[in-house]
Amino acid sequence: MRQAAALRLVPLREQAGPKLSVRGVAKSYRSARGAVISACTEVTFDVEPGEFVCLLGPSGCGKSTCLGLIAGLDRPDRGGLFMDGRPITGPGPDRAMLFQEPALFPWMTVLGNIEFALRMVNVPKEERRDRAMHWLGKVHLSRFAGAQPHELSGGMKQRAALARALACDPQILLADEPFAALDAQTREILQHELQRVWAETGRTCVFVTHNVREAAFLADRVLLMSAPPGTVVEDRQVSVSRPREFDDPRLAPVIADIHGHLVKEVQAVVAREIGE
Amino acid sequence: MSRVRSASRQIWPRLAAIAGVVVVWEIVYRTGFFDPLVLPSPASVWSTLVHNIANGNLPRATSASLVRLLIGFAISVGAGTAFGLLEVGSSLFERSFGSLVIGLQSLPSIAWLPLAILWFGLNERAVIFVVIIGSFPAVALATVNGLRQVPPLLQRAGRTLGADGWRLYRHVVLPAAIPGYVGGLQQGWAFAWRSLMAGELIVGGALGLGNLLNNSRQNLETPLVIATMVVIVVIGIAVDLAVFSTLDHRIRARRGLITS
Repeated sequence: MRQAAALRLVPLREQAGPKLSVRGVAKSYRSARGAVISACTEVTFDVEPGEFVCLLGPSGCGKSTCLGLIAGLDRPDRGGLFMDGRPITGPGPDRAMLFQEPALFPWMTVLGNIEFALRMVNVPKEERRDRAMHWLGKVHLSRFAGAQPHELSGGMKQRAALARALACDPQILLADEPFAALDAQTREILQHELQRVWAETGRTCVFVTHNVREAAFLADRVLLMSAPPGTVVEDRQVSVSRPREFDDPRLAPVIADIHGHLVKEVQAVVAREIGE
Repeated sequence: MSRVRSASRQIWPRLAAIAGVVVVWEIVYRTGFFDPLVLPSPASVWSTLVHNIANGNLPRATSASLVRLLIGFAISVGAGTAFGLLEVGSSLFERSFGSLVIGLQSLPSIAWLPLAILWFGLNERAVIFVVIIGSFPAVALATVNGLRQVPPLLQRAGRTLGADGWRLYRHVVLPAAIPGYVGGLQQGWAFAWRSLMAGELIVGGALGLGNLLNNSRQNLETPLVIATMVVIVVIGIAVDLAVFSTLDHRIRARRGLITS
């Protein structure tokens, strides 16, 4: 209550405010056996406009849960989430989401999937095709516009999903381990492409991963989450200039540093699992 | 090209099986074990079939039956789909009437005929009622199962793209439910066809394939009994192949649910 009152004092039009603000958020869910499991607790962080933030943590630390809350797909038990100072109350095309699986609609063509996204944000019919083709071009899929999703490889599907997410001009791109299911080579290519597309569009991005190299390569800032129930325990700036390469020697110490912290959290998870 | 080839690949084994049955039938006939009056030769059934098609006997009965079937099936698709949508939309409806439908499915539709005759009289309205009640549960359950099997991920994806309420239903949930739904329609069609034949056999009177079966039995025209049965089977298979299997195959192939 006090928090809400305090927030009302902040002018909504304040230019310097964060793009996204997560304040004291907690979320628990019921397991199949009926036990209440706390996924994350007291999660608080801000994301600045145009910033690329990675949420990193051991499995089960609630990083995907946090993303679902930012997307507005789920509601927090406690705390608040704000975009440009306004509370997030539900999903919307201003926050596009990439899932671990491509989640393309199998009854539409690749082009149809992107045109559908444009239709949902009320882009006039005449403009949809050109805009969809523009985004397919950006992810090098122009030749596959007429293909059905199942005809594409895993990496191509995820690129189509990226095009669909960006086509409706979101202010924030949310990504939930989108490359985790891909083979190592494809993953590197897509990480490069995401870096390039992100740089071109200047969107804000919140990217969930359990891969330290991926986080260090992509992020301006890495937020490390603790063993479950997850909360943000480390906040690391990655001030390596872009465009980056994987073998950039300046990334190595960042990776080592974050990796050390992550290992501690993973060990905590393992200790709890075998302790019980 | 490939569609023609896959169609012929489906048809040839069926034709071979039919030929096998005819050969066995001919052999049994030639042993003289059965009176030709009750087991005529394949050749005499064939000539009866051709003759009754030519004189319009079978076509008239077939079209009369098909009209009843289409009326009954159309009503049960409409009612069953609406019922299924209600069941998914309302948990109270699901807990109350949903379980009734499962019970209804375990009752053979022909068991409704005595009651239907009391309600509608000994006429084709009673038969159509049995067709509806026979295929309705399959359509309702197909709708429910089709909707329940929609992957939550696709719904979440749709919601993040801005689809909500009716738009989510119209553009994501319903299209995603179609493969399961079409499979259920196919089953509903089979139930409708069987219910129709049973109903026509018992009610008699009005023109139809079931009626033709009954009349030719009474006249001891065994070749016509078998010829009519052949027509019933051929129509059943033809509709299944031409409409439902084709539709099902096309939908699944488009979505990459089959590899061929």
